[in-house]
Amino acid sequence: MRRIGMTVNGSPRTADVEPRELLVYVLREHLGLTGTNVGCDTSSCGACTVLLNGESVKSCTVLGVQADGQEITTIEGLARNGELHPVQQAFHEHHGLQCGYCTPGFVLAAVSLLNENPSPSEAEIREGLEGNLCRCTGYHNIVKAVQAAASS
Amino acid sequence: MATAEETVTYVGQGVARKEDAALVTGGAKYIDDLSVPGMLWMAVVRSPLAHARVVSIDLDRAREAEGVVAAFSGDDLAQEWAGGLPCAWPVTEDTKVPDHYPLTTDKARHVGDGIAVVIAETRALAKDAAELVDVELEALPAVTDVEAAAGDGAPILHESFGTNESYTWVLEAGEVGRLFAEADVTVSERYRQQRLIPSAIEPRGVMAAPSPTGDFTVWSATQVPHVLRTALTLVTGIPEARLRIVAPEVGGGFGSKLDIYAEEALCLALARRLGRPVKWVAERSEGYLATIHGRDVVQEIELAATSEGRITAVRTRLLAAMGAYLQLVTPGIPILGAWLYGGCYDIQGYSFTCTGVFTNTTPIDAYRGAGRPEATYAIEHAVDALARRLDKDPVEIRRLNFIKEFPATIASGLEIDSGDFEGALDRGLELLDYDQARREQEERRAASDSKQLGIGFSTYVEMCGLAPSRILGAVRYVAGGWEATTIRCLPTGTVQAIIGTSPHGQGHVTTFSQIVADQLGVPIESVEVIHGDTVVAPLGMDTYGSRSLAVGGVALWNATEKIIAKAQAIVAHQLEVAAEDLEYANGTFTVRGTDRSMTVTDAAFGAWTAHNLPDGMEPGLEETAVYDPPNFSWPGGCHIAVVEVDTDTGDTRLVRYIAVDDVGNVINPTIVDGQVHGGIAQGAAQALFEEAVYDDDGNLANGSMTGYLLPSAAELPSFELDRVVAPSPTNPLGVKGVGETGTIASTAAVMNAVVDALAPLGVSDIDMPASPERVWAAIEEVRA
Repeated sequence: MRRIGMTVNGSPRTADVEPRELLVYVLREHLGLTGTNVGCDTSSCGACTVLLNGESVKSCTVLGVQADGQEITTIEGLARNGELHPVQQAFHEHHGLQCGYCTPGFVLAAVSLLNENPSPSEAEIREGLEGNLCRCTGYHNIVKAVQAAASS
Repeated sequence: MATAEETVTYVGQGVARKEDAALVTGGAKYIDDLSVPGMLWMAVVRSPLAHARVVSIDLDRAREAEGVVAAFSGDDLAQEWAGGLPCAWPVTEDTKVPDHYPLTTDKARHVGDGIAVVIAETRALAKDAAELVDVELEALPAVTDVEAAAGDGAPILHESFGTNESYTWVLEAGEVGRLFAEADVTVSERYRQQRLIPSAIEPRGVMAAPSPTGDFTVWSATQVPHVLRTALTLVTGIPEARLRIVAPEVGGGFGSKLDIYAEEALCLALARRLGRPVKWVAERSEGYLATIHGRDVVQEIELAATSEGRITAVRTRLLAAMGAYLQLVTPGIPILGAWLYGGCYDIQGYSFTCTGVFTNTTPIDAYRGAGRPEATYAIEHAVDALARRLDKDPVEIRRLNFIKEFPATIASGLEIDSGDFEGALDRGLELLDYDQARREQEERRAASDSKQLGIGFSTYVEMCGLAPSRILGAVRYVAGGWEATTIRCLPTGTVQAIIGTSPHGQGHVTTFSQIVADQLGVPIESVEVIHGDTVVAPLGMDTYGSRSLAVGGVALWNATEKIIAKAQAIVAHQLEVAAEDLEYANGTFTVRGTDRSMTVTDAAFGAWTAHNLPDGMEPGLEETAVYDPPNFSWPGGCHIAVVEVDTDTGDTRLVRYIAVDDVGNVINPTIVDGQVHGGIAQGAAQALFEEAVYDDDGNLANGSMTGYLLPSAAELPSFELDRVVAPSPTNPLGVKGVGETGTIASTAAVMNAVVDALAPLGVSDIDMPASPERVWAAIEEVRA
């Protein structure tokens, strides 16, 4: 066991973790942040995407100990003072989600994408979200939502 | 009832979903997010071999491992089962239904077949200990290919049957033999519906907890909590009265969570045996072995036609893989398509034969569309083959054969209640700009451009809204197809709608709120839709087969009509007028010709106080309606795909996709469009990307998301959607099912486009998926 300290959604958090534990399980099981979902175990689906120092990472591909001293944002930390983040709001308004399981990962991947490229083309959005899989929406409304968030 | 002028507030509007608030903030609770005190974790020891005799199972080392509470073989648990995992649809009187218990005891029949379980204090410890179970297996020859399994000398999965054939099911109508003999032209085609993995992004999971009173609660990532309750009673012997099933937030299903799984029975039986809660959640690769697959059918289809291209008869023979066992509705999946191999065409003769065959693979069962994508693919791909044979435009040959008058009794014997196939085609052609698209195609052909265009059509009709109970009975399905809703008006204005369907992404809460709000004249925020818990919503048949609106929505509507009728009696009594003197609109009863009025909400309060009700009337404003549909639901339409094929590399890109659907009246166009989008993506993925591959030894060779190619946003275009509306006369809402239309229509459209691009080069067909390698090889073969 090793004690790690992180800033998670703006608050300092510590956890005693095994070296083999993945960040996603640290978040879900040690910190109770179950909004980050596990979909594949192979870093394929992106459901577990979070922001690590502001950039999207698949939290099943990061060891908990690697997050020591870093800043993490999960889906629970995106809304501010009860107001949805513009990307969350756009997913809602443009029906960019159905079952919602992939949604936290997509929202955070989109936040990261828009940080890097504030006005992406449709093709850039599609390429930029290539690491996240959705089985419900056919991506049509996810792309629309990201376009809307970009222009808001 | 007399209605004044209605103003519809919500129905027909793309109301943003009520469901989303929890889903976009991480507040939703899926099965993996739930835990209860004292909970144990189950790990399943699975067969690494496709076909093997179980020689011995040594659990000693696992039982001694850290954190392990118990470990069991199938024999250890034999006394737990009152019955096997059920097959609810033996399609013929003599369908061979093998024993299927949650753990196998004699043989493993597919890779992933459960052999033993280990129960430990944590997920990781259970998994670690499962690796200490020593299972000795004697390998047997395995067969994973459906044609090989049906052939002489194939290894037999269930020895007592002496054959791998489970059943043969036949439907014959009209003088098929004569029509083929007299035909000017016939085409004979053979298609392979490859095996698919449904791949809901949320893996399956289940948690079962005992209570001190002898009751059990089972939380499961399921589409079918009500069916699951009944089935778990049959499997475990625990009375339904002592079983509560909760479907928490469920992360997609597409049919894969429409089943009764070994792990659901195991967690419940182990919770009873150990007196502690037991949980299991699939890892992805485990889920790919232990959750049903879809398709895996070899189709032979023949068309008889005149020289003008009028189709007179269709003859189809299927060899359908069942997998190793029959899951809930495995034998019935190809039969769900049995009536649709004539498509939306006016034909006279119809012959359909399907043989179900056991193979050493994960069982097949319902995957989005279930039998109907296969049927639509076969007829739509064969119609294109006929068009090429006769050198006709695929549009014109479709137009020539469309059913144009409704209701229409189709050759296979069922009645399509309404449709507008030609209207959908015309609108699709307009959106595409067909002439311009063909000109561009011609230019590229003339220039021998390395990137060729293909234009593919799929004009389809499907039957969904499962289903009229009498028909289900006639085809030997063991349950009914009705749906139930209770509407309860609380005294302060809240209206509860307790529904029997169980959504997992479809937006029932929003859509059903829209209907109730308009019917009862209350704000949409005042409607609370409750579902997915058999204690709270005890009556239902759940969600599958595009039934939730077309069946459940009608039950909901009927319940609101009952509420209005009772409210009217209360209002008439309290205003001291005859009920006939009341007009009703938007939640308000008005005495005709006066300004005296009361609302449904007023009536609800009056029904609650019960101070002044008509003699003999029960207090409270609560009504239940159970609706059994008299017919299936018949959506249809026209889908058009445009693909670009790189003839040097085989790379095939879907560049445009147009869908014009008739799904009857639309309650929420945004949600309906979303259903179509997702359906198109899954169907297009069958055409271009997805295939579960078994190697010669029976290993699932691509059993993870790194090997099984699900499309990302980068592989798909945006879709161009429109609708034609032929309201269903079968139900008062005029609605039709929509959940499966996209998947049913799109595979054929995309593959027709691929073949359209390559036909001038001499390529006559390509097996699915049309991967770059396959397309390239097909081009090389004709060039050689």
